[in-house]
Amino acid sequence: MYNKTIAELAKGLRSGEFSSVELTQSFLARIKQHNSLNAYITVTEDLALQEAKAADARLAKGDAELLTGIPVAQKDIFCTEGVKTTCGSKMLDNFIAPYNATVVEKFNNAGAVMLGKLNMDEFAMGSSNETSYYGAVKNPWDTNTVPGGSSGGTAAAVAARLAVCATGTDTGGSIRQPAALCGITGLKPTYGRVSRYGMIAYASSLDQGGPMTRSAEDAAIMLQTMAGFDEKDSTSVDLPVPDYMAGLGNSLKGLKIGLPKEFFGDGLNSDVAAAIEAAVNEYKKLGATVTEVSMPTLKLAIPAYYVIAPAECSANLSRFDGVRFGYRCENPVDLTDLYTRSRGEAFGKEVKRRILMGTYALSAGYYDAYYIKAQKIRRLISEDFKKALSEVDVIMGPVTPSTAFGIGEKIGNPIEMYLSDIYTIAINLAGLPAMSVPAGFAEGMPVGLQIIGNYFAEDRLLSIAHQYQQVTDWHTYTPKGFE
Amino acid sequence: MSQQWETVIGLEIHAQLATKSKIFSGASTAYGAEPNTQACAVDLGLPGVLPVLNEEAVRMAVIFGMAIEAHIAPYSVFARKNYFYPDLPKGYQISQMDLPIVGNGHLDIEVDGISKRIGITRAHLEEDAGKSLHASFHGMTGIDLNRAGTPLLEIVSEPEMSSAKEAVAYMRKMHELVRYLGICDGNMQEGSFRCDANVSVRPKGQKEFGTRTEIKNINSFRFVEKAINHEIERQIDLIESGGTVVQETRLYDADKDETRSMRSKEEANDYRYFPDPDLLPVLIDEDFKAQIKAQLPELPQAKKQRFKDDYVLDDESSTILTSSRPLADYFEAVVKESGCEAKMCANWVTGDLLAALNRADLDITDSPVSHERLAGLLKRISDDTISGKIAKQVFEELWQGAASADEVIEVKGLKQITDTGAIEAIIDKIIADNQDQVEQYRSGKDKVFGFFVGQVMKEMQGKANPGEVNKMLKAKLN
Repeated sequence: MYNKTIAELAKGLRSGEFSSVELTQSFLARIKQHNSLNAYITVTEDLALQEAKAADARLAKGDAELLTGIPVAQKDIFCTEGVKTTCGSKMLDNFIAPYNATVVEKFNNAGAVMLGKLNMDEFAMGSSNETSYYGAVKNPWDTNTVPGGSSGGTAAAVAARLAVCATGTDTGGSIRQPAALCGITGLKPTYGRVSRYGMIAYASSLDQGGPMTRSAEDAAIMLQTMAGFDEKDSTSVDLPVPDYMAGLGNSLKGLKIGLPKEFFGDGLNSDVAAAIEAAVNEYKKLGATVTEVSMPTLKLAIPAYYVIAPAECSANLSRFDGVRFGYRCENPVDLTDLYTRSRGEAFGKEVKRRILMGTYALSAGYYDAYYIKAQKIRRLISEDFKKALSEVDVIMGPVTPSTAFGIGEKIGNPIEMYLSDIYTIAINLAGLPAMSVPAGFAEGMPVGLQIIGNYFAEDRLLSIAHQYQQVTDWHTYTPKGFE
Repeated sequence: MSQQWETVIGLEIHAQLATKSKIFSGASTAYGAEPNTQACAVDLGLPGVLPVLNEEAVRMAVIFGMAIEAHIAPYSVFARKNYFYPDLPKGYQISQMDLPIVGNGHLDIEVDGISKRIGITRAHLEEDAGKSLHASFHGMTGIDLNRAGTPLLEIVSEPEMSSAKEAVAYMRKMHELVRYLGICDGNMQEGSFRCDANVSVRPKGQKEFGTRTEIKNINSFRFVEKAINHEIERQIDLIESGGTVVQETRLYDADKDETRSMRSKEEANDYRYFPDPDLLPVLIDEDFKAQIKAQLPELPQAKKQRFKDDYVLDDESSTILTSSRPLADYFEAVVKESGCEAKMCANWVTGDLLAALNRADLDITDSPVSHERLAGLLKRISDDTISGKIAKQVFEELWQGAASADEVIEVKGLKQITDTGAIEAIIDKIIADNQDQVEQYRSGKDKVFGFFVGQVMKEMQGKANPGEVNKMLKAKLN
């Protein structure tokens, strides 16, 4: 059961092959069995079974949607009413949100079953899931390696079949990089396509929620539920949501693919490069043409990102002050003590590092040199993409410079850790949609192909990924021990 | 004092906008609710919540900008002002910094009959913080977030006022204006209208400004004057005794009538302003401006002039009547309803009515005598049904809740007697009963005439037509 896609499961639920309760029970059993992956922070067993029951009733009545009765899981950055929402931090270890994120509400309305809340880097700051207060997540393909981050729990859970599909969020690569390292399909939508309401903010101008699944078709089904304007999020965009399933079969004849030479330079592992090359060749066979494009400002993406994202996070995380919710230090002697100890004791190293960087970048006398300059670079990067995407339909390249690295390997070296997002970060700065699609293996570890499209071209990206998945089977591989 | 000093004052006024809901959430802005019952998830700054701009607040800011003939920014931006305080839930206040919604404008004030134009640098939208309550929490601090997220318009003047008197005139004028525009209730006790004053002194004739201090949170006209005067004196004393003024924020203590230092420039926060990524820039186009312009109410200055021109009122009455929009509306309704001479209407409104309202500490909007009832009364004066004196009695009845002047006149039998036969009979009786006084009058003591009028009116319970009484008395006595 757990190897089936959403569409297959939806068929099974309707034919009576199995019930949602049975399906849910089988996933709950797998979660227990593979607890050592540490993919989940909270498993909502009772709630899941209740929801499954309700889904079965809805299925019986015949008013079910595609996701009705399907066991999904939420990254623990999405607020869930009555269920602990930690954001991977000690700060929120005691936090139970009194409301649902819009995305959670949409899954509830669709009748999906929530299995639980998934592990993540603390406040989504990290590329390995090692900054989580709840401990590192293991990559099911090799449990000595990281699953990537910050949506590491999601990637590991979907790859290990501990959920049919799950949500992720992507600020600088946090959906695509773990999807690549765990061999699953991940889509970061255009900024504004999915509501951020109830999604705990890291860097508000970059954060975007999206689906993490085993196939492009499943991603289309999930995105259909997640996307859309939300009056509670002023940055969500009021554009109609296309039928993502309907366009999946569109032919790729005449598709123009651009390969940025900056994506294939020094630092890219040769096995990864070979896998990407093979994937591009598949596309040629499907009728696509390939040209080289150049985006000279790409090399500025990491420094610009590490000014803008920390600047925003330094303000976003100010509300965690020990006053109204979350962690509060014991016996504060005065207000300053309450603030400094509550924050000092509850935030992890990486979070503190980014708050400090951001505070510095916004300080009087540094603001122009850092924040304003970074914003200018951001515009230049967007211009580069705009120009490239006026010449080609999509841009392709690797998601990451290498396959999954070892747990503990980079955590002591922040700069090296930041460089693992070198191919993904620019896309967030430009606000464009991009996907990670399984494209083979390098020394037994999954490699992800990145496909970047124009604003609101999610339908195009999904069909391009889906067509590839019709002629390749990389996305169907299951890690050993999880078959 | 050897040196002549000159004062430079600029005011920052915070006007709470009269929107029903908060600037970035749907929670109510009503004053006085139980603590924390009007604070929703957004106001509490819970993780994951997002602000959504209340369009009504934008509309009100634009109305204000138009009323002061200011530049309305086609593109303005909300920014985060970062600082930690327990009653600031997000750890930052959403405000506007580089690109405020209202730019350069002006307001004309009048002091001692001389009018002066005060420049307004800018006005921007921002959210208010909550309140820290220090009493009755056993040494701890309570926080009430009902006020958090209430929309404020911060109005910053140019440093163009040169006395506390001018500052008060400016503040009063602004207070009148925002109430006129219907964008602020102006309630100073509830903090809906408050100001910070920037004050500096310099030797007369010097071009450069002296070092300024900022006096925070002054919430009455009286305190503004006292606080500024006190601060001017303090600065002059300090300089004359060889000291220097330091740039700092000072707090006015109304009980002790003094300002004291809150924090110096060195201790000042670096607010690390940056554009709020949760909110889109506010775009205002010509259509929107035209729409607002069409709805703009008549402004106090124009209204006063119209009252002088159309109703032929003197400066004083026009000033009083246009001091608030509801009062001006009331007056105009009385004129229209009664069809009486405007001057008489003005006299009654600014005289008996305002006196009664002041005694009862009531606003015109809470007047127990509606404009219809006052008009009903004035009609009976001008058609001679009652005398002006009886009218005061009827007004008193109306104040106590009587339904109409006609009813009071009817029930109490106050109708003026114009029947000459009845009056003549009384006059004859009074003359017969007071022969001594008749003698005095006839021997040339004109003053005694008043005595006869009084006696007749008394006998007739004031209901006789005074003109008729005079005429007939004169005829009989002479």
